[in-house]
Amino acid sequence: MKRRWNVPIWAGFAIVIVAVVSYIPIFTPFPVTRDIPWANYLLFLLGGGLVAVGVRRAFRDPEHYRGKISGSILAALSVLLLGLFVGAILYAGKQIPSAELALRPGQLAPPFVLQDTAGKQVASAELLKGHRAVVLVFYRGYW
Amino acid sequence: MSEFHHRGVEVVAISVDSPAESQKLCQSRGYTFPFLSDPNAQVIRQYGVLHPKGGEDGKDIARPAEFLVDTAGTIRWVNLTDDIRVRARPEAVLRAISQLGG
Repeated sequence: MKRRWNVPIWAGFAIVIVAVVSYIPIFTPFPVTRDIPWANYLLFLLGGGLVAVGVRRAFRDPEHYRGKISGSILAALSVLLLGLFVGAILYAGKQIPSAELALRPGQLAPPFVLQDTAGKQVASAELLKGHRAVVLVFYRGYW
Repeated sequence: MSEFHHRGVEVVAISVDSPAESQKLCQSRGYTFPFLSDPNAQVIRQYGVLHPKGGEDGKDIARPAEFLVDTAGTIRWVNLTDDIRVRARPEAVLRAISQLGG
């Protein structure tokens, strides 16, 4: 009798891949899913659960289901990917210098003149003149 | 965004990106507030938010940070994250604006 494909293993692993690659393009634009990547953890849980179901089936009922070897490999890869993802979240994000030198409330904001996207020179004094306040958002840029 | 303008507050983004790069970003994301280019990180350094060699090829860039500056030019509120991924939420900035008075 021909043994059947162990679908949950492959479907589960596909979801684990999605959990890794979806974070930056889909979930980082929204603070709710970016600050704590719970959506990705849920995907890992779902994918990992399916892989576990498939591997269990492969070992309990090897006469009907394939996937003892492929399932073990994909399960190990899933764990590895989860480890890398959590590591990246916990470690890589913190790789910025301390903000000891940053100006504090009460200090004067140094005036500046910088070019905008149209190539026009914009002075901080001009910005302040026309508004009640200005929020300066410094960001890393995309280099 | 309109809530900031409604309160008479302008939002300005600053990075080492060139005007052309920022232009691309604004177009793809639909940002309408000014994006200013500080290619040599001069202003970024003055505000103390330099991330030395933080960019590609060891380029100096800005660490993420938000400053609220009142009309007298005084800094009234600062948000300095310790995680690249976590930035000030608009609600937090609006709360700080509410406390400006005036």
